[in-house]
Amino acid sequence: MLIEVGHFALALALALSLVQAVMPVWAARSGDQALRAVATPAALGAFACILFSFGALTYAHATSDFSVQNVVENSHTMKPFLYKLSGVWGNHEGSMLLWVLILALFGALVAVARNSVPPTLRANTLAVQGLITFVFVLFIITTSNPFARVSPAPVEGNDLNPLLQDFGLAIHPPLLYVGYVGFSITFAFAIAALIDGRIDAVWARAVRPWTLTAWSFLTLGIAMGSYWAYYELGWGGWWFWDPVENASLMPWLAGTALLHSTVVMEKRDALKVWTVLLAILTFSLSLLGTFIVRSGVLTSVHSFATDPTRGIFILAILILFIGGSLTLFAWRAPMLRQGGLFAPISREGALVMNNLLLAAACATVFVGTLYPLLLESLTAEKISVGPPFFNYTFIPLAVPLLLIVPFGQTLAWKRGDVHAASQRLFVALAVALVVGLAVLAYTWGGPMMAPVGIGLGAYLVIGSALEIVSRARGYGTSRARSAAVVWRRAIGLPRSAWGTALAHGGVGIVVLGIAAQGWATEGLKTLKPGESLASGPYVATLDRVGPRMGENYSETTAFLTIRNDSGDVIGTVETGKRFYPSRRMTVTESGLLTIGASQVYASLGEVMPEGGSIGLRLYYKPLVLLIWLGAVAMALGGAVSLTDRRMRVGAPARAKAKALPSGMAAAE
Amino acid sequence: MSAAPRLALLLALGGAVLSSGAAQAVQPDEVLKDPALEARARDISAGLRCLVCQNQSIDDSDAPLAKDLRLIVRERLKAGDDNEQVQAYVVGRYGEYVLLRPVFALHTLLLWLTPLAAVGLGLFGLWRLSRRRADAAPQGLTAAEQAEIAALTRRD
Repeated sequence: MLIEVGHFALALALALSLVQAVMPVWAARSGDQALRAVATPAALGAFACILFSFGALTYAHATSDFSVQNVVENSHTMKPFLYKLSGVWGNHEGSMLLWVLILALFGALVAVARNSVPPTLRANTLAVQGLITFVFVLFIITTSNPFARVSPAPVEGNDLNPLLQDFGLAIHPPLLYVGYVGFSITFAFAIAALIDGRIDAVWARAVRPWTLTAWSFLTLGIAMGSYWAYYELGWGGWWFWDPVENASLMPWLAGTALLHSTVVMEKRDALKVWTVLLAILTFSLSLLGTFIVRSGVLTSVHSFATDPTRGIFILAILILFIGGSLTLFAWRAPMLRQGGLFAPISREGALVMNNLLLAAACATVFVGTLYPLLLESLTAEKISVGPPFFNYTFIPLAVPLLLIVPFGQTLAWKRGDVHAASQRLFVALAVALVVGLAVLAYTWGGPMMAPVGIGLGAYLVIGSALEIVSRARGYGTSRARSAAVVWRRAIGLPRSAWGTALAHGGVGIVVLGIAAQGWATEGLKTLKPGESLASGPYVATLDRVGPRMGENYSETTAFLTIRNDSGDVIGTVETGKRFYPSRRMTVTESGLLTIGASQVYASLGEVMPEGGSIGLRLYYKPLVLLIWLGAVAMALGGAVSLTDRRMRVGAPARAKAKALPSGMAAAE
Repeated sequence: MSAAPRLALLLALGGAVLSSGAAQAVQPDEVLKDPALEARARDISAGLRCLVCQNQSIDDSDAPLAKDLRLIVRERLKAGDDNEQVQAYVVGRYGEYVLLRPVFALHTLLLWLTPLAAVGLGLFGLWRLSRRRADAAPQGLTAAEQAEIAALTRRD
């Protein structure tokens, strides 16, 4: 019964989202203000309905209701409860429902946000948001119904793919989706601005919190996915340039560019048309990320045809939103007034370079991902575009981008001074150079690029810290301030300054982590109990191999003791092969030992039937955790920026006291 | 659930995709005695695609075909081939599809030139813009909006 009500609620949401989409447009034509106001309750109602619908599906999964097709296909009575819940979005239908739920949530938030968005802009934005919700709910109802029943109901379900039965992958999709879907708001704002025919700094201010939120979640989502691939797939890589990863990287790159271009728009009233285009492209890439991947077209041109209804619907959605918005852009953008002159050497000049390089990187990933597909369908020639291609093309674009990060921060708006900026950055440059050279000398004979990367990372981290310090000391003042005063002033800096520094420092931390992988080592050996295998400064000894039972799997586990090079025991690691009888699948569970930010990574290979010997792969991954911790710092930077006074919904006019009475009071 | 939707699902949920379970890749018994030769074999393997997998190199894959290819690479190296010869040998047998780094040729020109073209196009656009900007009219906001922005952007 609940299932049917959930299904009905979804149909109700379809109707409500249509109301939300149509009423504001109608109101604009007829000039009826009351009609326009209908969009708000409609958006709230659609959200409530979809929430109910999602709750119904979750309930079916939680209680293993095998009369529901979706539960049968993805659940099992023995499955741990957490994965029963994550199983809701661990499949096509359920993940679409989650997607729409987040979409409706954002729609509802726009509807209730009490900020200074002009009423016409808000109404149009809600209408666009309503249209998106309508189309996707329609997609679910017609092609991907999660509420379909089976009769007779089977006694047991097929279980969720064991690879997905993992905490990382339980939270990865929601994070990623909040990111993808969050950009729909920016998109809706952009379309609304195009319809309205005007765009200004108020627009930039209105979209910035949404872009920041989406970006932060997308950053976390990608990092989570990367960490999952690292520990779950068993060969220690953290980024594979897989089409699926690229699909999430593209909106991130475009979103990062968007985040920076809205700053220019807000401060300098420039880059308006470009920002609108970026907003459209970012959401379009998010749609591609969700759906082209989902349609299977990336795997092979042919698999697209396996489910034609769904495939064609997806294609139609993409054409409607991407084609439609770009057409609207081509038609209306020339009417948007351009503004703001800027000099190449200035803060905005640096941000333009940032946008140029990010857009080029995004285009490269886009072409690299889709080129084989295009070539095959045009000429039947099959080529592969793999990691070597992306490393050759992406890194040369990323390095100059990273180099200008601290510079751009240091340059003034309107007219910057390279000489003064270099002087201010002198400390960062010098320290980075010294660090790079010291590391090079220390690891002489090793990889050459790793010390360069370390130097670059150090430059970014120190550059970000320096930005806070020099702002706290005050630009261009020769007045010496005591450390306490500088500290107080630093705390008094706008949150957005701290957020920026944190995010940029996070980028530096990621770079440090990536660079350190140049020194990663790998050991490979067949071991009997008592034997050892070394990798880097650590040695693993196989204590024993034995069976172990999990809730819904049986495992053959290798128990290892890890020692450092002087023979002291550091810890123990267990790596195993898990067999899931429900799916007849074997999954390797890698064993990780974290030492500071570094990890020892053990992965079980073949288990020989007699003699208890095993194949073991042992990696030493120096500072590898920095890659994801840096990403977390970036997302945190976004969150801190979001708490900035200016960003708050309804931005209170209350001015912050310039000179704080005491150091303690400042530490709020 | 048949294999195809499951694959699509995995694809959709992010992360790299495997044929089954996690990878074991190079086995201890495959490793060459000569560490220099083995290092070259690993290097070459990382650039060759496992033909039956999703975007995986033969170095990372546990598919039987990938193992065959790894052995072929090592045999050719032992026979005294240099890296290019080994690669050419594998391409001769399995076609260009096996190369993870596409060749630079007419049919991949567009692919390889994308980064340069994108940057070039961007710079050209900026140059055009900077010339056109010279006579652009200043932007007007209403006084109320100006005041609102001023109130919102006021620092400290």
